[in-house]
Amino acid sequence: MNKKKKILQTETVENVAIITLDTPGEKVNKLNEQLIDEFSDLLDKLGSDDTLEGALLISGKENNFIAGADIEMFKTRETAEELSELSWTGHEILLRVENFDKPIVVGIHGSCMGGGTELALASHYRIVSDHKSTKIGLPEVKLGLLPGMGGTQRLPRLIGIQKALPYLLTGKNMYSYQAGKTGFADEVVHQYAVKEAGIKAVKKLKNEKVSHPDKRSALEKVSESNALGRNIIFSQARKRTQSETKGNYPAPPKIIDSVEYGYKHGFEKGLENESRLFGELAVTPESRALVQLFFAMNASKKNPLEKKREIKKIGVLGAGLMGSGITEVSIEDEFHVWLKDQKLENAMKGESSIRENLDKKVGKHIISEFERDETMSSVHPTETYDGFEDIDLVIEAVFEDLDLKRNIVKEIEDVCPDNTIFASNTSSLPISDIAKNAKRPENIVGMHYFSPVQKMPLLEIVKTDQTADWVVATAFDVGLRQGKNVIVVNDGPGFYTTRILAPYINEALLLLEEGAKIEDLDSAMKQFGFPVGPVALLDEVGIDVGAHVADTLSDKFEARGAKTSKKSKELMDEDYLGRKNKRGFYKYEKGSKKKKEVNEKIYKYFGGTDRLSFDQREIQYRLSTMMINEAVLCLQEEILKNPTDGDLGAILGLGFPPFLGGPFRYIDRIGLESFLESMNTLHSSNGDRFKPADLLLEMKSSQSLFHPKE
Amino acid sequence: MSESKKKKEIVFVNGGRTPFLRAQTDFKKFSAYDLGRLAIAGLIKKTKLDGSHIDHVYYGNVIQDINTSNVARESSMAAGLPDSIPATTLSMACISSNIALTTATDAINHGQINAAIVGGVEIMSDIPIRFRKIFRQKLLQTQKYKSPTDWLKFFKGLSPSDLLPEIPSISEFSTGETMGESCDKMAAKYGVKREEQDAYALRSHQLAFKATEEGFLENEIFPVSVNNGNSIVEKDNGVRPDTDMDKLAKLSPAFIKPHGTVTAGNSSFLTDGASAGLVMDKGFALNNGYKPKALIRSYTYVAQRPGDELLIGPAFAVPKVLDDMKLTLDDIDVFEFHEAFAGQMLTVLKALDSNEFAKDRLKRKKKVGKVPWDKLNHWGGSLSLGHPFAATGIRLVTTAANRLIKQDGRYALIAACAAGGQGHAMILERFNE
Repeated sequence: MNKKKKILQTETVENVAIITLDTPGEKVNKLNEQLIDEFSDLLDKLGSDDTLEGALLISGKENNFIAGADIEMFKTRETAEELSELSWTGHEILLRVENFDKPIVVGIHGSCMGGGTELALASHYRIVSDHKSTKIGLPEVKLGLLPGMGGTQRLPRLIGIQKALPYLLTGKNMYSYQAGKTGFADEVVHQYAVKEAGIKAVKKLKNEKVSHPDKRSALEKVSESNALGRNIIFSQARKRTQSETKGNYPAPPKIIDSVEYGYKHGFEKGLENESRLFGELAVTPESRALVQLFFAMNASKKNPLEKKREIKKIGVLGAGLMGSGITEVSIEDEFHVWLKDQKLENAMKGESSIRENLDKKVGKHIISEFERDETMSSVHPTETYDGFEDIDLVIEAVFEDLDLKRNIVKEIEDVCPDNTIFASNTSSLPISDIAKNAKRPENIVGMHYFSPVQKMPLLEIVKTDQTADWVVATAFDVGLRQGKNVIVVNDGPGFYTTRILAPYINEALLLLEEGAKIEDLDSAMKQFGFPVGPVALLDEVGIDVGAHVADTLSDKFEARGAKTSKKSKELMDEDYLGRKNKRGFYKYEKGSKKKKEVNEKIYKYFGGTDRLSFDQREIQYRLSTMMINEAVLCLQEEILKNPTDGDLGAILGLGFPPFLGGPFRYIDRIGLESFLESMNTLHSSNGDRFKPADLLLEMKSSQSLFHPKE
Repeated sequence: MSESKKKKEIVFVNGGRTPFLRAQTDFKKFSAYDLGRLAIAGLIKKTKLDGSHIDHVYYGNVIQDINTSNVARESSMAAGLPDSIPATTLSMACISSNIALTTATDAINHGQINAAIVGGVEIMSDIPIRFRKIFRQKLLQTQKYKSPTDWLKFFKGLSPSDLLPEIPSISEFSTGETMGESCDKMAAKYGVKREEQDAYALRSHQLAFKATEEGFLENEIFPVSVNNGNSIVEKDNGVRPDTDMDKLAKLSPAFIKPHGTVTAGNSSFLTDGASAGLVMDKGFALNNGYKPKALIRSYTYVAQRPGDELLIGPAFAVPKVLDDMKLTLDDIDVFEFHEAFAGQMLTVLKALDSNEFAKDRLKRKKKVGKVPWDKLNHWGGSLSLGHPFAATGIRLVTTAANRLIKQDGRYALIAACAAGGQGHAMILERFNE
């Protein structure tokens, strides 16, 4: 071995080798080639030393077992063959573990992901700590991959196909409670008992054959026991996957293929096939895009800014969906929140909605009832500014009305101390307009959250020319503590995310004016990879909000000759607000829950019920191009600092298809030439709104990429 | 404790409570722990308390839930106070939160601590109903059973009636008498008539209603959201502005039939509620920017043998604190007495105003004096607002402090009786610096 410090430390207790994984200088353990080498040496030693009865593998890190394979390993490998080989190296070492003639036990405390989980699956016995930091997962699918170290073979064999598929196909976490329930864990113990339980397990396994708990239901056992039953399971899984991914993600179907292959051709062949599929997936553009996204997301979880100040108390104004969502993500990191609404009743309704969400976590055994109560004690519903005398940060989430927001700025400046940050959660009003008459415009910043706040990972921070550096740094820090991926953009109408959403929605409305069908538009864009279609989205966020955004941005668009639809304003005036008042593009009466039905009446405003069929490709081109070109304009106008923020913002805030990598990676991927070509076609047929951004033309002449290859 | 021995000055910064609700109404789903944490969280919010200033939580509770036997600790943590603050649950029947307050006062006086949260909670909607002793013992024995055949032993000697649970009654352990019975006897002994009692109860309801309408109580009530946020409780629900002498007269005696005088109408009712108050060393409070309402002056506890005079404690306690402060009833601007029963209140008032009682029982030459009606329980009392046993004490203190400010007075006298023949009195002085 070279001089590098070792990852694995071994001590012998009662003839059991206790192997502690502790990667020097890192917060978490990652599976890399050094670890595999060291582990292989250790197995040699374990095999030759007759005094050793077996081994227990634990982690020396706090709340982490193994965070997964080191993704850097993928970067050095280009071809599918090289990546298949990498997977096969993993198989070899894990097969050695699995077939080892002395018991090898893992004691998992903390997060155990990907390769860590696969190592656990190959071991002879799994002990899982009941700590809330303990979560087990196979998140490879999120990177467009499959678990390439036996996960698709060993997990279904251990816990059953039907129990395993959801974990393989969604990458969701298995907490210790489920680890016990599914039979993944042979034992669930408290974190300080892991070592002792591990030693005992080695001794037990040495002397007797220990069978793993089979927690499958009787029905699951029957249907998984024969080829016919399994066929049904796989074909149903394929159907669901297809309907959820629209065929845009290559990994989930390959995962199902891999599991099925293993059942048809046996375990060994299954592993070989798994490696092959792994290599194939790893070189797909989808996986490459998702891996890049993963790196970008990690980067956006670190605050690069200095001068941040400590925040203890937050005031949230407006206890609606946004306000209570912001409150919920804040109290989870121990902020105290004064949740103010005009009426105490509304503030308390907001409080209760948070409590209901926490109750769901109690139901899933993620937190206890006591912890829920404790967390809830940080919410202080109120209808007055009493208590705001020492608030550090105010986030307003009131109605989108400039005068109202300016009044609130004044009120806050009157009651709060001089260094209180005022953050607006406006989705389109320029922050500098809100700050216009402020006494302390340097304290004013935009913190744009996305609905539902608990689920949407993005926070878009908007800074004006006047916003102080410490204010931006502090807002960034708050966002990170709220669990968000943060991007910082410059001020302007609609900032970045709303700015690029507006022409996209506008194009959908223009298409409707041209005679398109609502369902065609939505299904085309879902097929493209958006989670929700544009028309359904407009119903969700509210047609009035859409009208407001259009109003804020239309001058800007029209100035460059873009055609804008006035339909959302017209609809709003006719009391069509979308889902919130059950009058929208879709029907929201009770009973029509299952499948959304188009509200035919609304066609009255779009030339009547005789509709035309538009080609799916045309819809996709027109809508996506509007959004992507606008993103480039944002970069050109320096609303965006860099393309990475633009990609993250579009994916995490607007649901831009992650497998396409974001607007900028998308252009890089399909090639500037071809993007410009289709834009030019659209430009000539549909007018000036399809005029390519100047930046695109400059880049074409300099032959550059938004994301130059590393 | 005598006034002269005091080393430090101790202040009552502020206090408050949840609404007091009749048992089995909107709080019936809550446990004592829930109301306790809501009261403490409400206090934190009201006083803008920095949790790190608190050194101890003293919290009263009478009918204990076995799951939260130290309800002070659980409520304190769940209310978001730092984990490092120790918490003690105290129990002294209806004066449990008074003993919580004075224990804190003593600890501050001795320099042990600078600040404490005090209060108390009672949930009468959910009292622990137990199996009978024989069945409890059988159940506990089963923990030692090894084989299924051991279960045969279980049914041996067990009759079906043993399986019936027993609802605890609020009766005096030493005498077996319920409090209502004792009060009825005491009222008879002191010649307190039924009509007087009904009139007193009516007065209590009318004053409570007036104080609620005029918004005096709002200031000391922390709103609680119930039914998943679909409604907020902001007011007490036991106050009956619609009652009158005729209605009260129609009620039959509740405890001693048929000649008794204590009825459901002139007794306090089973109540759910919690209170919390902030008490601090004066210097510490002022240095940290708190605005105290009152100074805690003299206080005392007394006890007699339970029996005929179970609830007469205040008549013994009041003269002690007055003497200690060298004050007379004339010096007192605000009286806040706990109203367990109208009969009990009237007995106490009579005893205080009786030369005979003074000579025989207090060994004083002259009677203590007459408590002026216009200064007594002016914002209602336990008869109308309700009486969650361990919460009442801090309600009395909070209201007394607020009334001192509102009515521009100097001294307030608080008194309360309690099961076990015990009693308490305390003098507050308005904080005016």
